[in-house]
Amino acid sequence: MTKHLKYLLFSLYMVLLPPALQAQDDLLSLAEAADSSDTGKVTGAFKATRLVNGHSVETNGQQELLFLISHRFGTLNSGAYNLFGLDQATIRLALEYGITDRLTAGIGRSSLEKTYDGFLKYKLLQQRQGAVPVTLTLFSSAAINTLRNENPERDVPFSSRLAYTSQLLVARKFNERLSLQLAPSWVHRNRVATRQDENEVFAVGAGGRFKLTKRVSFNAEYYYVLPGETADDYINSLSLGFDIETGGHVFQLIFTNAQGMVEKFFIPQNTGVWSDGDIYFGFNISRVFSLKKEKDLKNEKAW
Amino acid sequence: MKPYLLLALLYLALLPGEVAAQNRYFTKTGYIWFFSSAPMEDIEAHNKKVVSFIDFATGEMAFSVPMREFSFRKSLMQQHFNENFVESDKYPKATFSGKFNNPQQVDLTKDALYKVQVEGELTIHGVEKKVSAPGTLEVKNGKVLGKSEFVVAPADFDITIPLLVREHIAKKVTVYVDLLYQPYPGDNP
Repeated sequence: MTKHLKYLLFSLYMVLLPPALQAQDDLLSLAEAADSSDTGKVTGAFKATRLVNGHSVETNGQQELLFLISHRFGTLNSGAYNLFGLDQATIRLALEYGITDRLTAGIGRSSLEKTYDGFLKYKLLQQRQGAVPVTLTLFSSAAINTLRNENPERDVPFSSRLAYTSQLLVARKFNERLSLQLAPSWVHRNRVATRQDENEVFAVGAGGRFKLTKRVSFNAEYYYVLPGETADDYINSLSLGFDIETGGHVFQLIFTNAQGMVEKFFIPQNTGVWSDGDIYFGFNISRVFSLKKEKDLKNEKAW
Repeated sequence: MKPYLLLALLYLALLPGEVAAQNRYFTKTGYIWFFSSAPMEDIEAHNKKVVSFIDFATGEMAFSVPMREFSFRKSLMQQHFNENFVESDKYPKATFSGKFNNPQQVDLTKDALYKVQVEGELTIHGVEKKVSAPGTLEVKNGKVLGKSEFVVAPADFDITIPLLVREHIAKKVTVYVDLLYQPYPGDNP
């Protein structure tokens, strides 16, 4: 800007500025202008910490304990004799705790292979209007198979029971209804079932949610295992679900071709074929307990 | 630089005297919290990022309340509040613009407590409504402590509470306002 232009603008500003600054509207616009609070934060890309089987970018709030019960029945094609899978069930119980708003730690136990798992999840970036286009969360977990060794001939060292997963979860809430997530994933298994299986498996997860109403959303998730990474008879997992939000908890109804509820199961070792009806019906129910004291809440933000 | 200064001086000279006097006070860290008592559970949320201006010459008051800054005990509640009830993406701020009834009585040079009646337009969730509430203004060491307590009905602001959670949320929510006003530096450049 040239000096003259500046001068002109300044003069214009002075002339146009009305002396009656005290008008009511001005006081309100003054207040709104002084409001420097962070309103650009885009929250609630997903309703729950799970998209369907896999994790979503969402983390727990600080000092919140989430109790998650996940359940998968048998396959729908197992016939009326098994009441279409309802006779059989695998279950995972888990606790997830928000150490901070960004960092969550969790533990879980699945009935499938009597697996214990533990994970850490850290929200690196939070989507913001006009500033940060995506939310980015890092996820890392370890799972231990604790089945008894029934074959005394074969030695099973502890290390061979372990499997690890690392994921980069990238999600964007496009509008109130639509959120999409990409999840480049890496699974490492210390011991695999057959020679054809790879210890290292790379996969890309993709999924999203579409809100049907304020409280119900339709979710889908697909994990594409990169070719040649695992034995050929394993099938990529496709999961569909509905999130239903009630007062204090989120209820997720799920249809998936994966029986396991830990990454090392549902990413590299699915056997279910959708078109054959190898579909597991199931649900996740989460309940949140706040361990925050009333006192902390009041003092959270200092004067 | 000179012409600017000259103009600025000229401008100040032309200003009416009352603007130069210190009668506007403000806060950017005002505290508003609300409480809802229902059969299933009590819900409260706290916000310490409220901006408010008050003009003691005219009795005018203005509030800007960032809705996302309300913090709840449970993050799920906070999410429900922002996503389902007040729709913070669409309506990020609640505002109030109004007047208190007796500005001429308030003496800012003496420490004292004044009872006031505030009237004006409250806008929440994009819906504007006339409200009236009692409050107090307390002059203390050159600052002014403003307090008020009033009742808001979510239904008045087109905030519909679904059947599923009706037992969790009260039909009337009590709002508490607690502000510490300071002289607005914009008036004394």
